[in-house]
Amino acid sequence: MRKYIIKRLLISVVILFFVAFIIYALMRCLPTSYVENMARQKSMQPGSKSFEEWMEQLTAAYNMDKGIILGFFGWIGNMLKGNFGDSWRWTVPVVEKFHDTVWLSFVMGAISFVLELLIAIPLGVIAATKQYSKADYTISVIALAGISLPTFFFASLLKLVFSVKLGWFDLYGLVGRNYNQLDAFGQLLDKAHHLVLPIITLVVVSMGSLMRYTRTNMLEVLNADYIRTARAKGLPEKKVIYHHAFRNTLIPLVTIIGGSLPGLFSGALITETLYSIPGIGFASYESMIAGDIPFSMFYMVFCAILTLLGNLLSDILYAVVDPRVRIA
Amino acid sequence: MKKENTAPSDNKKVNYSLNDDRRVKVLSPGALVAKRFFRNRLAVTGLAVLIAMFAFSFIGGMVSPYKQDQKFYRVDQQSKAYAGVVRNEEWRYTVNDAEKFTGIVQAQTFLAITKNEAAFNYSGTDYTLEKLADDIYAVHTGGALIGIATKEVVSSSTSNDKLSFEFTYGALLAKATGETSFTAEGQTYTVDKDGVVFAADGAEVAYVSEYVVRAVMGDVFLTRDFKTKLIDALEAGQTEFAYTDENGEACEYVLTYNAGTKSWDVMKETDTTVFDTYAAPTKEHWLGTDRNGMDMLTRLMYGGRVSLIIGFIVVFIESIIGVIMGGISGYFGGWVDNLIMRIVDVFYCIPSMPVIIILGAAMDAANVESSVRMLYLMLILGFFGWAGTARLVRGQILSLREQEFMTATEACGISVRRRIFKHLIPNVIPQLIVVMTMGLGGTIITEATLSFLGLGVRFPFASWGNIINDVNNVFVLTHYWNIWIPAGVLLLMTVLAFNIVGDGLRDAFDPKMKR
Repeated sequence: MRKYIIKRLLISVVILFFVAFIIYALMRCLPTSYVENMARQKSMQPGSKSFEEWMEQLTAAYNMDKGIILGFFGWIGNMLKGNFGDSWRWTVPVVEKFHDTVWLSFVMGAISFVLELLIAIPLGVIAATKQYSKADYTISVIALAGISLPTFFFASLLKLVFSVKLGWFDLYGLVGRNYNQLDAFGQLLDKAHHLVLPIITLVVVSMGSLMRYTRTNMLEVLNADYIRTARAKGLPEKKVIYHHAFRNTLIPLVTIIGGSLPGLFSGALITETLYSIPGIGFASYESMIAGDIPFSMFYMVFCAILTLLGNLLSDILYAVVDPRVRIA
Repeated sequence: MKKENTAPSDNKKVNYSLNDDRRVKVLSPGALVAKRFFRNRLAVTGLAVLIAMFAFSFIGGMVSPYKQDQKFYRVDQQSKAYAGVVRNEEWRYTVNDAEKFTGIVQAQTFLAITKNEAAFNYSGTDYTLEKLADDIYAVHTGGALIGIATKEVVSSSTSNDKLSFEFTYGALLAKATGETSFTAEGQTYTVDKDGVVFAADGAEVAYVSEYVVRAVMGDVFLTRDFKTKLIDALEAGQTEFAYTDENGEACEYVLTYNAGTKSWDVMKETDTTVFDTYAAPTKEHWLGTDRNGMDMLTRLMYGGRVSLIIGFIVVFIESIIGVIMGGISGYFGGWVDNLIMRIVDVFYCIPSMPVIIILGAAMDAANVESSVRMLYLMLILGFFGWAGTARLVRGQILSLREQEFMTATEACGISVRRRIFKHLIPNVIPQLIVVMTMGLGGTIITEATLSFLGLGVRFPFASWGNIINDVNNVFVLTHYWNIWIPAGVLLLMTVLAFNIVGDGLRDAFDPKMKR
């Protein structure tokens, strides 16, 4: 097992190396005028360094003067030393901005993930146990609708109904107008209040696939021989489903849930942007639009790490949970 | 293969065999799949929705009487600032063209007038003030008349040109003293009691008034008649004023008094042609018009076309790359498989949304043309999306490779290329079709999201995403539901239909799924 994990980790490092290379090469392949534009814009800000100095700094920071390969090694060397540069858009070190934003995204992601599990898994189980019934059809259509719902359209609808018509929530932002006048508990409540719509959006848009996944796996288990045996023994249906079938459905579920845990840190790019929630997703969106190369590159590498970690975690969990799986 | 054995070549036996109950209906695998598919009511509904969407987008665009970027106009009543009227209560200084009468001396003159002094001194020069009549003073220095201070002004009746000092002086003095005539520049003019100045031949030349009326636009000349009537209206305290000029054109004017500047603003109500933006639904425009005054329904049709075409091309690119890479990888195995799968891993890891957003922003910076941009968008989306397809194809091929029919092809000595593309790939196609159908929905959402963020399809091309983009303007979100709700509903329905059909196809292809 340990050997397997080490092997996977090494492969992941190699993959990450290439992903970073592609990201770096992509940035280098952007029209040069793009970087120059950025330098020019930066130099035009009041009290800023001159254009030449900015160009020099960018060139030095990204090894633009060297070839792509050499430059890449220089850049990755800096990253390994923990030197990610300063964000242009936020004018603070990249790591500092990351630290400021990532926890909000994580909290938001975690809450919606838990809600998602609480809604999707029971519904998936119900749909599978009552296959081809009305409930099954309804749940299947709801799941498909959730998958098909464009985030931005759903968010707009929610805003129209709950923010504009009913006036329950603010349209944008994490804190209300009188946030500074509130005590600590009030501030927490205010933030929670502002997170309601984003979390609803996230849950509705992402629960569909988990619901379908649960249903498919539950159906598979229900068709298995040991379920027939359980029924033949005369066990009550409840016990068959929740004791024998559901436990076995948990195997694929746990792997997929474990695999999506690292993703909670990556933030919800679109949802955060739509609601202007200052999490990592919104911050990186702003950075990307503003051409903030240091922060964007950091975010992309971070996302890649999370994806790799997720894959690794789900594979390991699969082996841990399912005794039938033997790792070579 | 059709069951033909009951139809012998002998004609005499035709009747005999037709009512033969031994006839067995045999269906090809394709027909079986179709049969299973059409038995699924939900999937059929999805298919119907899709067909309707295609008809709406592709045929609708042809049927619609409008073009996708045809702009509509409406005539709107707009108030435009036309003139300003000031009732003069301040001293006004008219400078003798030949002399110097600087602003600072004018200020000194004002002080002297208010203090009732006949002379003043400024920076070593003596000035004398001569009261010619009520509210008219002449300023002399060193025996020369350098200017006059008055409360009334003289305006030319025929043009905006400046009048000469001598004429102005004569006219003002005559008006103030009640004289009926004066001479200036060798000509004699007569002045009536209203302050109108006539030349010797009886033509009106200028007039003296305490109101200053100026046109906002330099090229507009306000006639004397207009000014008189306007001032009458002002004095009567009217807020609206109608005037018919010598050409018979009637215009409405709105008069507003501005207490801050102690002046009246004269706004002209003019008919202006503007883009018919955000029009409510009418018979001509069933869904109204959008931000640019374009017909919403037509935009939706063309937007659907763009969204669907982009979806198909992207999925096509993804499948081509995915099938080739996955096919090679799965068939050869070993180090080729390892290499390709690591490439797949790399592509799987690249966060595609950030990359696409950055590329979109870079294209913004480089001012890429809209149509080229659309092409790039498709290539980028396809290039970053093939990893999943490759994995699927590889997995399928890995299991198919071990089956007997592949051993048979090997025994027959069929070439490798033929084995992969004629025998393995066709067996992957059912799975591939399902994934492609589902992928279409996903791609359409991605494209719409990018367009919504302003990084995908750009004006003048319509796409369902960039139509909804208008809700970023909160006023549109709250007031013009006809702009964004239909596009969102169409988007949702299309993606849902693709997913449902994909689901139905999966069930139909899978013989284990008995219904």
